[in-house]
Amino acid sequence: MLSQYGFILILSGIAMIIPVAAITIGHLLGPRRPDPIKNATYESGVETIGDTWVQFRAQYYLIALIFLIFDVEVIFLYPIAIAYQNLSLFSVMAAVTFVLILLLGLFLEWRKGALEWK
Amino acid sequence: MMTWSDILTDVQMRLGAPPELEPLARAIAYFIGAFMLVNGALVLALILIWVTRKVVSRIQDRIGPNRIGPYGLFQTVADVLKLLSKEDIRPDNADQIAYVLAPILSVFPVLMTLAVITFAPGFVGVDLNIGVLYLVALGSIGIMAALMAGWSSNNKYALLAGFRVVAQLLAYEIPMVLAMLAPVMLAGTMRTQEIARAQALYLGPINLGLGWFVFLLPGAFIIYFISALAEAEQTPFDLLEAESELIAGFHIEYSGMKFAMFFLAQFLNAFFLGAIAVMLFLGSWQGPFADQIPLLGPFYFLVKTFLVYGAIQWVRGTFPRLRIDQMMSFAWKVLVPLVLSLILAQMIIMKLPIPTWIGYLLILVANIGVVALMLRLMTRYLKQESVGTKRSFTPKSLIGTMAPVNQVGD
Amino acid sequence: MPELPALPSILELVFLAVALLTAVGALVVVLSPNLFHSALGLAATFFGVAAVYITAEAEFVGVSQVLVYVGAISTLIAFAIMLTRGMMYGTTSQRNRQSGTAAMIAALMFVVLTALMNAIPWPKAGEPITDGEAIIARLGSMFVNEYVVPFVLLALLLLVALAGAIVLARDRK
Repeated sequence: MLSQYGFILILSGIAMIIPVAAITIGHLLGPRRPDPIKNATYESGVETIGDTWVQFRAQYYLIALIFLIFDVEVIFLYPIAIAYQNLSLFSVMAAVTFVLILLLGLFLEWRKGALEWK
Repeated sequence: MMTWSDILTDVQMRLGAPPELEPLARAIAYFIGAFMLVNGALVLALILIWVTRKVVSRIQDRIGPNRIGPYGLFQTVADVLKLLSKEDIRPDNADQIAYVLAPILSVFPVLMTLAVITFAPGFVGVDLNIGVLYLVALGSIGIMAALMAGWSSNNKYALLAGFRVVAQLLAYEIPMVLAMLAPVMLAGTMRTQEIARAQALYLGPINLGLGWFVFLLPGAFIIYFISALAEAEQTPFDLLEAESELIAGFHIEYSGMKFAMFFLAQFLNAFFLGAIAVMLFLGSWQGPFADQIPLLGPFYFLVKTFLVYGAIQWVRGTFPRLRIDQMMSFAWKVLVPLVLSLILAQMIIMKLPIPTWIGYLLILVANIGVVALMLRLMTRYLKQESVGTKRSFTPKSLIGTMAPVNQVGD
Repeated sequence: MPELPALPSILELVFLAVALLTAVGALVVVLSPNLFHSALGLAATFFGVAAVYITAEAEFVGVSQVLVYVGAISTLIAFAIMLTRGMMYGTTSQRNRQSGTAAMIAALMFVVLTALMNAIPWPKAGEPITDGEAIIARLGSMFVNEYVVPFVLLALLLLVALAGAIVLARDRK
């Protein structure tokens, strides 16, 4: 069974080499005329003014955090789903409680406006 | 390759290699298999790009590429050659390592999904016992690649677009993963081959091959389809690379083969997400007589996947784009609660002391309920949007406005 | 003829490569002057740890590691780094006034960990696990049977984390 991951290892090696090879061929085949204007950052034809710094809104961090929490929930739900056929009523109730608590959490986020504007 | 790698190893053994080299023989068999898969995927990508351009252009009432090769079939080859010969521009102050690594890391997870796709009854890369979770994990690697691309270009717009792409991918990953949980729960396994076999329909001893999960779980299928559209960044969710907006999203600063890698990753991603939909919901290689005639399995699989891919392109050509805030609220306020309640309903129904077929019927009812609820929420939201854009006064004549003639002040 | 030492098996070679990747990633995290490179090194380290899990035949843990750590936590950390403007303005310095104390404590910690690892009676590797499917099913049933109290507590913990996220949102406003 571990040899299955040998296949995955080999596949990952090939999956890494192919894009590297493609990019290297592109690099070798293309002309090389570095030019300060070509290398400057693109801004719709205007010169960039000021440093590259963007106002980072906290919503992005919040979305990532909420995603993390639901991701962890998903990790726990998958094995339960596989064992589901043979579970007793008590276990089913525990699993249902789990999902309900998280649904409650989502609802809480919604009411408090953490899901707004993005 | 479970069966034919054993065959290959056998052949190598018979050619006289000593038994200690058995792992080596197996490794060579794996290498040949993986290499063929990846090459097949790359050739497939060429066909896919052609299919996309033809379908989208026909929907937009134009012909699409038709000069190079019959029906424009070699257009993609010409494009690849063009991209190969582009200059490899490195922007100033771009973070060199991340800048080069991002396209590679973007293609990598897409090619890795090939390992668990079931093309035919005996033909899968490796039948991992965590097959579905493996697919989910690969999706999250692509998120890092997008972030790296956006940040390393040292460009305000690329960075901003990168953030938005990551936010979109994160938001739609959850409904997708939870929708994938539904067939896994129904089949009781994460192995892709077992899920395929669980979608058989036995009429006596004959396998009709029509017991697809989509007939039981249409709601989960639709939620998965919508989330997959968003994960693959296809319309109506492709705000980040709309040709007329924000120039080209987070790959503004990329040219030549690096850009080609992002492009390739996007197309293959869309195709493989469709393949996952076929595997989990549309019965994989199951179909009438798939067991008897060996070639029919992969034929069914490819036909179904291309149909799903065609449907994705159809949606792309038909629907307008969503704004990013519409997109995000749709994910968190509509899709996630609906899919969670779907899973909840399925959990409860599966454990009720009722005969199986009534259970299936109830699950179907729950799914249809979810779809109806989703449509109601969507129409209600659309009505709210159109209220916001009502005219504040009715003009005396329509000359000079852009409205069509038979629409007067609704 | 002198006895040749046993050739390392393929598993050991793979483990060596993976452990090297993890160690290099961790070194990049600590030593890189560029904060974003540190974040990338962290993602590489997480990958390496996932691969270590897989070589130990704990596949489910390995895949969840990729899913949660590389997917969610790396992006979270990258976002957190971007919230601080320091990253945009070049490099951070490697040393500060406490470098000497830190080095001493790191060395002591290394000694303690090595002693601990030598003292633990690690079980010998048994036969390879053949029925992986049943293991995950058992894991699932253990979540809701033997370990149901930690399981529901986990749900509550996640709820608390969500509430914390709300507090974060409110402060920003």
